Amino acid sequence: MPPLLSLDHVFKSFGDPADPLHALKDISFQMRRGEFLCVVGPSGSGKSTLLRLIAGLLQPTSGVIALDGDPISGPSPRVGIVFQTSNLMPWRTVLDNIALPLELRGESKARRHQIAREYIALVALDGFEGHYPHQLSGGMQQRAAIARTLVQNPELLLLDEPFGALDALTREYLDQELLRIWRLKEMTVIMVTHAINEAVWLADRVLALSQRPGVLKADIPITLPRPRTEAMLTHPDYLTLVKTVRNHIDRPVIQKPTP
Amino acid sequence: MPTSTSPRPPATRFTFSHNPRSLRLIRILLGVVSVLLFIFLWDALVRWQDYPAFILPPPKAVWGKLLITLADGTLWRHASITLAEILGGLLLGVTVATLLGYLLAKSPLLDQLLSPYIVALQAFPVVALAPLLVIWIQQPLARTILIAALVLFFPVLVNTIVGLRSVEPELVAVMRSLQATRWQIFIKLEIPFALPVFLGALKIGATLAVIGAVIGEFVGSNRGLGFLINLAQGLLDTPLLFVALFTLALIALGLYGLISLLEYRLLAWKRAA
Ligand SMILES: Nc1ncnc2c1ncn2[C@@H]1O[C@H](COP(=O)(O)OP(=O)(O)O)[C@@H](O)[C@H]1O
Ligand SMILES: [Mg+2]
Repeated sequence: MPPLLSLDHVFKSFGDPADPLHALKDISFQMRRGEFLCVVGPSGSGKSTLLRLIAGLLQPTSGVIALDGDPISGPSPRVGIVFQTSNLMPWRTVLDNIALPLELRGESKARRHQIAREYIALVALDGFEGHYPHQLSGGMQQRAAIARTLVQNPELLLLDEPFGALDALTREYLDQELLRIWRLKEMTVIMVTHAINEAVWLADRVLALSQRPGVLKADIPITLPRPRTEAMLTHPDYLTLVKTVRNHIDRPVIQKPTP
Repeated sequence: MPTSTSPRPPATRFTFSHNPRSLRLIRILLGVVSVLLFIFLWDALVRWQDYPAFILPPPKAVWGKLLITLADGTLWRHASITLAEILGGLLLGVTVATLLGYLLAKSPLLDQLLSPYIVALQAFPVVALAPLLVIWIQQPLARTILIAALVLFFPVLVNTIVGLRSVEPELVAVMRSLQATRWQIFIKLEIPFALPVFLGALKIGATLAVIGAVIGEFVGSNRGLGFLINLAQGLLDTPLLFVALFTLALIALGLYGLISLLEYRLLAWKRAA
């Protein structure tokens, strides 16, 4: 079976071509359908850039990104992305925010509200349909943002540090919810996170990016059985894997003051 | 004085109820009381100082003049012209300012080309151009509309640019990832995002349109409330002058109130708690 997603020598640089800022350098990897991949790396290593490239929001400077063998040329309903901040529209209710992708597609109001309600139930926001984003907690806002992305039924879901701004307990709960939805919808997921233990607990594979320019430093299979449980968090295999991933991540360089 | 013999809750002493409808009623009542008080004080001042009517007419004289000018159609004839000029100026000025503001917010090239002029003209008292426009444009209605539009143009332009520039790029990324067209991004993101700033600009614009219309009539017109004010001054008909002034104030307030109402309705989501 051909891979769902393949990146082939992808480079991305920003700014003046004469003096470019290299964000990503020679990234190649493949993903099979149904896989759950986590990307870790220090800040500035190009994780967000990588997701934006796959989402078709940016074009690679060179190299090819292909979905099912077809090069990605722009945003497509087959790929959905969730950003670090929920980016809900403050003037829309939860229901109308989640129905937005259907509205853009020209669905009737009755139909899009019906579908949106299904996804509101999926992310357990029942009862908050008529609320505005500012009336929700951070975790609920992110759930609404995920529902908005899922409503167009993407095959590939990209998540850019979706729970990075939330407290640890909320994040653990939402990680579990995410795995539940992933199994239910049989999606393929790439999630960026800066929490190594979260990545190991969630993923089938963890990719580690180096400090800028981001190159692929490691591709670590996570052999833990599924379903993942809380009990695994203290299992020696889990701890070993966390350590392995950690060893591949560059430590932030702290400039020593010159005397 | 005995301290608190009756268990009357102090919080309800001045407000009858916290329900918003009776609160609104109280506010309206207070408004009426304040207007009545103003008229009473005005009348008292005239009686006490014994001013001649051409300096400060008593409220009764102004009221009488109002009834006369209403009955013979004078007031409506002039007020309707001024209203048309204000609305015309508002429509013209806001439309052009919004369109140009959109182009400037979107095109860095155009922005760099035009922004020196915009900055310079912003500080320029546009009303000083009015006499020039009297020479250039013969038709008083068209000329006054243009003056009103010019007076409100720059503040509205600058506000539109500020509003559109503040659209969060992350929200644009969301729209793009959902395959939104350029038009959908405009209608469903940029307009609602810029709406609060735009409505603020519209309020400023309405106030300035009134000023612009009066100036336009001052510098050369034979109709409108500005003309009526000039005429009344020449005739030393101060009651007529007051009638024109109050009508002008009423138009300005009404317009401002309408836009505030629109704002209240359109930005209802902000009040959800
Ligand atoms: N649109 C852009 N224009 C210029 N530089 C950018 C842009 N987006 C990202 N960069 C730069 O690319 C590098 C990688 O950024 P990013 O992908 O956001 O990293 P991460 O998500 O891993 O923190 C950073 O140095 C950042 O400043
Ligand atoms: Mg990032």
